[in-house]
Amino acid sequence: MAQNPSSPGSGSYYLPHSAPWPIVGSLGLFAFMLGAALWLDRLTPVGPIVMVVGALLLIVMKSGWFGTVIHESESGLYNPRVDRTFRWAMAWFIFSEVMFFGAFFGSLFYERVFMIPWLGGASNSFFTHVVLWPHFLAVWPTNGPAHVGGAFHPMPAWGIPAINTLILLTSAVTVTISLWALKAGKRGLSKIMLLLTILLGASFLGMQAHEYHHAYTHFNMTLGSGIYGATFYILTGFHGLHVTLGVIMLTVILMRLLKGHFTEEHHFAFEAVSWYWHFVDVVWLGLFVFVYWL
Amino acid sequence: MSSEVLAHEHAAEHAPPRGFMRWITTTNHKDIGTMYLVLSLIMFFVGGAMAMVIRAQLFRPDMQLVTPLFFNQMATMHGLIMIFGAVMPAFVGLANWMIPMMIGAPDMALPRLNNWSFWILPFAFTLLLITLFLPGGGPQGGWTMYVPFNLQLGYGFPFMIFAIHLMGISSVMGAINIIATILNMRAPGMTLMKMPLFVWAWLITAYLLIAVMPVLAGGVTMQLLDRYFGTHFFSVAGGGSPILWEHVFWFFGHPEVYIMILPAFGIISEIIPTFSRKPIFGYRSMVYALASIAFLSFIVWGHHMFVVGMPVAADLFFMFSTMLIAVPTGIKIFNWVATMWKGSLTFETPMLFAVAFIVLFTIGGFSGVMLALVPADFQYNNSYFVVAHFHYVLVTGAVFAIMAAVYYWLPKWTGHMYNEFWGKTHFWLSAIAANVLYFPMHFLGLAGMPRRIPDYPLQFANLNMVVSIGGFVFGLSQLIFVAVIFSCVRAGKKAEARAWEGARGLEWTLPSPVPYHSFSTPPEIA
Repeated sequence: MAQNPSSPGSGSYYLPHSAPWPIVGSLGLFAFMLGAALWLDRLTPVGPIVMVVGALLLIVMKSGWFGTVIHESESGLYNPRVDRTFRWAMAWFIFSEVMFFGAFFGSLFYERVFMIPWLGGASNSFFTHVVLWPHFLAVWPTNGPAHVGGAFHPMPAWGIPAINTLILLTSAVTVTISLWALKAGKRGLSKIMLLLTILLGASFLGMQAHEYHHAYTHFNMTLGSGIYGATFYILTGFHGLHVTLGVIMLTVILMRLLKGHFTEEHHFAFEAVSWYWHFVDVVWLGLFVFVYWL
Repeated sequence: MSSEVLAHEHAAEHAPPRGFMRWITTTNHKDIGTMYLVLSLIMFFVGGAMAMVIRAQLFRPDMQLVTPLFFNQMATMHGLIMIFGAVMPAFVGLANWMIPMMIGAPDMALPRLNNWSFWILPFAFTLLLITLFLPGGGPQGGWTMYVPFNLQLGYGFPFMIFAIHLMGISSVMGAINIIATILNMRAPGMTLMKMPLFVWAWLITAYLLIAVMPVLAGGVTMQLLDRYFGTHFFSVAGGGSPILWEHVFWFFGHPEVYIMILPAFGIISEIIPTFSRKPIFGYRSMVYALASIAFLSFIVWGHHMFVVGMPVAADLFFMFSTMLIAVPTGIKIFNWVATMWKGSLTFETPMLFAVAFIVLFTIGGFSGVMLALVPADFQYNNSYFVVAHFHYVLVTGAVFAIMAAVYYWLPKWTGHMYNEFWGKTHFWLSAIAANVLYFPMHFLGLAGMPRRIPDYPLQFANLNMVVSIGGFVFGLSQLIFVAVIFSCVRAGKKAEARAWEGARGLEWTLPSPVPYHSFSTPPEIA
């Protein structure tokens, strides 16, 4: 790294002077998306290869960049103001994630509250119903007037999803205890609780994989099952991706704890991941209520 | 002035590295700001060339030059490139350059992230422009990407979707950086209510960006799933709805138009006081007006879709909430005029652009209020009146403000004064040509000419020819802009630290050109 660690003159705020990782990240994103675009329409057979190259570049970039930041943090380059920057940045990043899920929740509400009743003749759509879709019954869940994807069975709330709710809520408690233990200087307890959180997160993902498999093989409930299947899989799928990301981040934090990183005062990376974990948890509660239960 | 001395000393310590890698790996807010501005200028000409194709085709009726298919690609790409490639990066470039200097910070809060935000963009536009050379051509469904048109594109479809994803990632990271900078990097004594209005405008814009770019990302992801993975978000057969796309898109799209105008408001609020030699009139009300406009932008999106058949109650709600925006906007116009009132006015190029902004943006604002009326909108919808409206707010609004900003801060960036004669020539040609270009569009629209068509009935011929002539002159005039910038970078009268007599604000306490690192020691603000 061509950085000047003492960074004289920048006050006490650490400013790196050269950044090799962002361009690697840009190339990685570009290759990943170019590859995906080529692959989706089978434009050339090299699509998947380009995609994998992009993904590898992104992994290299992430580990390199975060490695640098961890190194700088452990060398004590970050003063409280840098710490505040990270706090603001993480908080606003989570807000952007909230809005991302908001798009899908909003779509679900729009369909359930307005579109499906209208197709069934509600409001001033009487003739739309009579002329276009006379046999459509406005009930949820639905795969639409054309019954796309064929008859299916919706996912009941009180099986795997309820267990998964308990798992995630428990994991929120364990991650909180872990962070509290770190602050109290009880590193042993902190590690155990963090490991427990990771295991809970992983078992959530295992349960979800099982649930998806079950939905496809036994319920005929697929991505193609009309608006119900579409909203179900986009919401639970993106949530699952975020849980996966969260588990990876928690694992990095655990490895850092084992290496002796973090102090009782200085541990924002851990705190940021715990914020993220709570965010994922809250999104799940919304999912459980609006996708599975109601 | 002590900060000036310090900055000088510091500049000797850290001269910028030489060569190509400087630009690839830089973390310096000035370098990154420059790259944003250059990218924006290039994209302005790429999108402008597409506009020239559109106006050449419409110069005379009866399908003169290009196929309808290609015309639609030009119209769509013109919109996407001007919005995401020209206007937004220009404002981010100005934010990068000016915000740290205006609040007395040594750099942006997250310099590496800043580099990444920029370096995603060239790749995003590569993806977008590739589509023009693929089987089936580029996007043709309009920049609004309405379904089902958009789902029927050729091989370019996923390229466009991923380009939008990349632009969104870049914007969100850039916005996070700007917020963190403004909230955390201000010099001691620079309280929120002492911040320059450009900084305030960007704080609020950044919030809008973080709130709505992810929604667009989610929306285009749903399109991707509908096309390739068998979902039915936007098809009625499966219980979905094409109208759902319009709601998702405009929930993003309306705040997006404020993302393109709030920083312009900030720029005008810097320039008008400087050349009036008076402080801004009603600073607090300016801040509250910005915040009100941002809040209202989230509850007005339905005015883009009055004709899709929403319930009357929804139409009424969106009509009234939209008209409410005229109140804070009116406050801002009033305050700019009141700032000029009894000021010692001079009319250098930045001021000319700023005054033109006030007049012409107001015209666009008025036609906006006309479009907000549901029954009137039923008539205007999808006509050239709409095209006239948003070009008044975006070209004579946002773009004029960007040009004003470039002329205003060029002496600070380059250390040279630009050529005032050619600056003024550029202004007068642009201002006159823009009105020849856009004003007759109102009449064309009211007479019933639809937008996004490659041909038209004979009765529209004369005005279309006038519009096209205005367009060509406007396009060519921008070459003067480039020439003025180039010659100002290379040479010119030496600019003083306070390049404009009436200029206040921290950036003018730094020497011109600004040293590579500024405010390494924060200034004290009384």
